[in-house]
Amino acid sequence: MIRIRGEKDLGIGAIYLALGLVGFIVARSYSFGTAGRMGPGYFPTIISALLIIFGLVTIAKGFVRDGERIGTINWKGLTLVTLSVCAFGFLLETAGLAVALTALILISAAGSERFRLEMKPLIGLVAINIFCLAVFVGGLGLPLPIVGEWFK
Amino acid sequence: MDIFANLWLGLSIAGTFYNLFYCLVGVFLGTAIGVLPGLGPVATIAMLLPITFGLPPESSLIMLAGIYYGAQYGGSTTAILVNLPGEPSSVVTALDGYQMARQGHAGRALSTAAIGSFIAGTLSTILIAAFAPALAAVALQFGPAEYFSLMVLGLIASIVMASGQLLHALGMILVGLLLGMVGTDVNSAVPRYTFGMTSVADGLNFVVIAMGVFGLGEIIANLENETDRSVMTKKVTGLMPTKEDWKRIIAPILRGTALGSVLGILPGGGAALASFGSYALEKKMSKHPEQFGKGAIEGVAGPESANNAGAQTSFIPMLTLGLPSNAVMALMIGAMIIQGIQPGPSVMTDQPELFWGLIASMWIGNLMLLVLNLPLIGLWVRMIAIPYHFLFPIIIVFCAIGVFSVNNNIFDVYGMAVFGVAGYIFRRLDAEPAPMLLAFILGPMMEEFLRRALLFSKGDPMVLVTRPVSAGLLLVAAVLLSAVLLPAIRRGRKVAFQDD
Repeated sequence: MIRIRGEKDLGIGAIYLALGLVGFIVARSYSFGTAGRMGPGYFPTIISALLIIFGLVTIAKGFVRDGERIGTINWKGLTLVTLSVCAFGFLLETAGLAVALTALILISAAGSERFRLEMKPLIGLVAINIFCLAVFVGGLGLPLPIVGEWFK
Repeated sequence: MDIFANLWLGLSIAGTFYNLFYCLVGVFLGTAIGVLPGLGPVATIAMLLPITFGLPPESSLIMLAGIYYGAQYGGSTTAILVNLPGEPSSVVTALDGYQMARQGHAGRALSTAAIGSFIAGTLSTILIAAFAPALAAVALQFGPAEYFSLMVLGLIASIVMASGQLLHALGMILVGLLLGMVGTDVNSAVPRYTFGMTSVADGLNFVVIAMGVFGLGEIIANLENETDRSVMTKKVTGLMPTKEDWKRIIAPILRGTALGSVLGILPGGGAALASFGSYALEKKMSKHPEQFGKGAIEGVAGPESANNAGAQTSFIPMLTLGLPSNAVMALMIGAMIIQGIQPGPSVMTDQPELFWGLIASMWIGNLMLLVLNLPLIGLWVRMIAIPYHFLFPIIIVFCAIGVFSVNNNIFDVYGMAVFGVAGYIFRRLDAEPAPMLLAFILGPMMEEFLRRALLFSKGDPMVLVTRPVSAGLLLVAAVLLSAVLLPAIRRGRKVAFQDD
């Protein structure tokens, strides 16, 4: 039976292989041209082909050589940090900067083991909101919507 | 003397009130983020890029450069006081610096680091002024084939010097090159890999990638092991080195400067490698190698000088060839492109104010750091004490606002989230993302130079090896690559980076 010996090699190899395959297949719809007159597909095809080769070699290494295990993944941190940024993106134009910032801070902070809803961090939350409004919108004049479409 | 006329021109630019102010902002911010572990110059410069749109090119580059070398100063403070490297380049400083602090000599360790950095900064500024014009003159003779080969060398060198697995890093370069292809092809106007999204018609925004991978990705990784930090809160006293100290540190400072300057110029080099090299060198040269690791002042002076010298001279390939030697320089190139400046050897002749102003500002910035840092040590100590769980949401706030402001496009915010996840996955799989960012910036340029080279040669790829300079560059790349594949050197790399 084939045994996985290097989880990390196998993982990154699979990513390389997948990206290479997508790159290669998509690049086939661009004209390849000739070496003297490179078409838009020439360079991407070469890169994708190399990526496929590297992916296969790395995967093979994961089966042949002993490597490291991936270990536990920080799902909580990964999900909440990503979610907080997406929430900011969604709320910025709909609800405005203050709501978006508050959502971002609360959701991302919950990704930490030490997350507590206490007085001090809440004061900090308000302070960051004021700071961002004053510096980015007031001071630097960035076109951030203070009040979103929902409240207009 | 040309060099003095040029430096004088630079000083007159960097010395204006406006530019002095931005230099100060840069070095202050740089020190602050250098002090904080978990926030590096790459993420900070990416965050601040949108703000630099409105600044004149000189001020913007002066400030961003200040962040980079300022971070080298700040990193050593954390290393000495907390035994945690604020930056990767100050890993070895922690070895002896923290021991000195424990023995009650924190002040002497800090001032040694600052003085060493200042001397290194001064000497390497002169070095840049002396050698950059010659290098740029050579580069002006380069054709497309030479440029292509130079970029291949740059990418190969960046992985050889980087930590982590070689195979993974090579793959990351290819991923970066492929990401660089996204957007409309300049020659045929064919949209490539856009999947119908108009937001990426002009290509992926490298601020999005840099902030996602280096900002968010690192935060997610840091949240895995939240540890308490114990800070040396004892009052730091006895700031000046004694006469005896001066005798011991002056030679290591000069050796560190020399070593750091050389390693900094190499593509893929820069500050981190320089400090490791210097520590090993000082240990070999010392008459008391047994003191190293137990508070040898030479072990602070050498590496701290080396990392600052390396940080400074890594600007040379960026300014003269338009070739970034590390991720920070890749961002600097991005900042120049944002300002409408095409990086390359012509910057020096077309924009002497920018070029010499930036170089002169480095010396001024180093002087500011020397004067500022020691009195402000109390502020830095208090900053180190801020727990990470208060800090990281604020970093995300700045990332989110920053990335949105680049194009006022919500799409970029989501893009950053995607690259944040990617950055975390890459880290977990031991694939260092820095080479990917380099390749992303170089990708479109490489394609264009390859196209031109092959156009001139009527499709004959041998042009890359029949032109002597191009062949030489490729040969160096091949030698570097095969050298890493040799088991003996592979072990050496492992030892050098084991503390990473």
